[in-house]
Amino acid sequence: MNKWIANVGVVAVAGMVSTGAQAADTLNVVSWGGAYTESQTKAYHEPWTKMHGTKIINVDKAQAALAGLRAQVQAGNVTWDLVDMLPSEAQIACDEGLVEILDADKVLAAAPDGTPPSKDFISGALGECFVASIVYSNIVAYNTEMFSGKMPTKMADVFDLKNFPGKRALQKKPINNLEWALMADGVPADKVYAMLATEDGIKRAFAKLDTIKDSVIWWEEGAQPPQLLADKEVAFGSGYNGRIFNAAVNENQPFKIIWDAQVFELDGWVVPKGKMDKVKGYLKFATDTQRLADQAKYISYGPARSSSAALVSKHLATGIEMKPHMPTYGPNFATALPKDDAFWADHLDELTERFNAWLAQ
Amino acid sequence: MNDVALPTDPNSGDTNLTTADGVPLKVSLRRAQRRDKIKALLLVAPLFAFLLVAFVLPILDMLTRSVDNPEVITYMPKTSQALTGWDGVGLPDEAVFAAAVEDLAKGSVDRTIGHVASRLNYEMGGMRSLIMKSARKAKTMSEGPYKEALLKADKRWENPEIWLLIQRESAPYTLSYYLSAVDLQYASDGSIESKPAHMEIYVDLFVRTLWMSGAITFMCLLLGYPVAFLLANLPMRQANLLMILVLLPFWTSMLVRTTTWIAILQSQGVLNDIFVALGLLSDDNRLQMIYNKTGTIIAMTHILLPFMILPLYSVMKTIPPSYMRAARSLGATALTAFRRVYFPQTLAGIGAGSILVFILSIGYYITPALVGGQSGRFITNFIAYHMQQSLNWGLAAAIGSLLLGIVVALYMLYNRLVGVNNMKLG
Repeated sequence: MNKWIANVGVVAVAGMVSTGAQAADTLNVVSWGGAYTESQTKAYHEPWTKMHGTKIINVDKAQAALAGLRAQVQAGNVTWDLVDMLPSEAQIACDEGLVEILDADKVLAAAPDGTPPSKDFISGALGECFVASIVYSNIVAYNTEMFSGKMPTKMADVFDLKNFPGKRALQKKPINNLEWALMADGVPADKVYAMLATEDGIKRAFAKLDTIKDSVIWWEEGAQPPQLLADKEVAFGSGYNGRIFNAAVNENQPFKIIWDAQVFELDGWVVPKGKMDKVKGYLKFATDTQRLADQAKYISYGPARSSSAALVSKHLATGIEMKPHMPTYGPNFATALPKDDAFWADHLDELTERFNAWLAQ
Repeated sequence: MNDVALPTDPNSGDTNLTTADGVPLKVSLRRAQRRDKIKALLLVAPLFAFLLVAFVLPILDMLTRSVDNPEVITYMPKTSQALTGWDGVGLPDEAVFAAAVEDLAKGSVDRTIGHVASRLNYEMGGMRSLIMKSARKAKTMSEGPYKEALLKADKRWENPEIWLLIQRESAPYTLSYYLSAVDLQYASDGSIESKPAHMEIYVDLFVRTLWMSGAITFMCLLLGYPVAFLLANLPMRQANLLMILVLLPFWTSMLVRTTTWIAILQSQGVLNDIFVALGLLSDDNRLQMIYNKTGTIIAMTHILLPFMILPLYSVMKTIPPSYMRAARSLGATALTAFRRVYFPQTLAGIGAGSILVFILSIGYYITPALVGGQSGRFITNFIAYHMQQSLNWGLAAAIGSLLLGIVVALYMLYNRLVGVNNMKLG
């Protein structure tokens, strides 16, 4: 009888311990899905799970991450442990106190040579509450089989229906499209945002977009443009350079990227309020020099640490050299425009309204 | 006891009846009925509670949110208060600036000022950076004059419109979400004006949503009526097979059906390929049948068709075939017999099916989002957009409330014209 009670006790305690351990050993990581989440899984999640046994659950909700964080914090039940976000949204989340403040030098790993994170991460990569992991780029790509003879090379060609006919797939939001319209209209990259801050500049951008409006298919999910290009439903498609790379290299699609007037920005992590202790270890691991370099084996996004750049090598699946596919590679970078988060933080609300009204006209 | 059993009024024939134990029958009956009523109430109680929690409360919450305006008054309380006395001419005085600096500094430390920045940025572009930047600087302003200090921190504070905006949005409730939802806005003097033409969007979308839902309802009726007729009149074997054909797509995931339409209708899709192969179209002149209104109407008609067929079928099933035969034998042509005998009897089904399809279609958003392109989008897509992307939940709630109002109004109109009691859902 005593033995029986002891057994029950052991089982009960073991049960409690194991459920407790399970709760602590699962991380809900919010990201963008598709090829990008896969690269994170290979480069960060799998090695971490191997070392610590932590189960990592991917949640493909980054598209609506700020909404999700607000709702979870308001409801007092935060289920996300780590969230992949754009710096502009991260700043808003930070201003509203939805995420933890990050002291980079305390929380993150130093470079192998001992350079502290604050010196090692590239400019703009460390926010008050934000640590970037990659540099990615918004570009326009085309399907080479849609044209014979002369191929498009610059942003102005995307707006040239006469020489390059066919539909264009563009993202259904003002960001990037307005910048591209101005650059295609001859505005140099460093004048774009100053011009967009004026009424004349906005009018000029919309007037340029008007010239192709009837030939545009508007996409909303990152997976759409490669699909539309592959179906030859469109000749040009805007998108994230990594997804186009993925379709071109892993799926042998005849896609080519127009690097002219690329709009690049950072993307990285924020820690939801109250989750710092739980994800500290993982965050330090997933943003160290080697991990960021490893990610570039799977997708053509540049690492946000200087010390990682030197370690970027070949694409793991096909063995091609990754450097020429990176947004930051010299020839690709010549006319690149850094996305101005401060500008969009102020003007996104009104320009989106205006953009939607323009679409509906 | 005796006088209870006596007839109260000999002429009414009213009860002096009692049950076996001497209780008047009326009392006993009432008791039994009350027990039944309680039992019935207990049986519906779980459903009632569910409806309350899952339906009534969220709607009330939505209605509240559409006018709720807590940000400024909660997170800039001193400024709100100081501004109540301001006459709105020129710039406010030092006391208001001092209150603003204090609120901004406190909000920056507590990380609450971001809510104010988001709220005001909906009304005026640029407010986010103004508030955030000033809040960061306000932390270092320890002594006055605050007016100078704040103007030095950012020149935009010289603009009286900003102070008018803060004053206006200091009220705990606001109409500005509703105004936005119908393409109106507050002018700086507080009067209501229409938005500039290049910002107008929602009224057109409401109208488009309504007429496209009407078109979808009409298409469903046109296609569904003959099918329902066949279902009700074919011999059992064929009718069952037909019923399965109606129900099978109904049970298939809506996303699958929508995506299938993309594969069929897109310009490199099956239908266009067939047209080109048959020589009906040239290869570079393919029809654009998707990512526009046509796509939305076709895909939604397909998806909502069963909601029309099933109520029609259930009504048609109850119409005895002998009525038609009688009409024919009395000399009516097939058309007259249908028009004057059969059709009027199906009106209840048409009413039920139409209102079901119409209301469902007004509220749809996934299908229009996937196949609607820019011209085939519904107002619901903007509710989703403001919920998930722009995070302007107040505006989403205002649009949602207006949509709810429209549906209720249409339902009441329908009730006036047709009568809900004449509706048969099955």
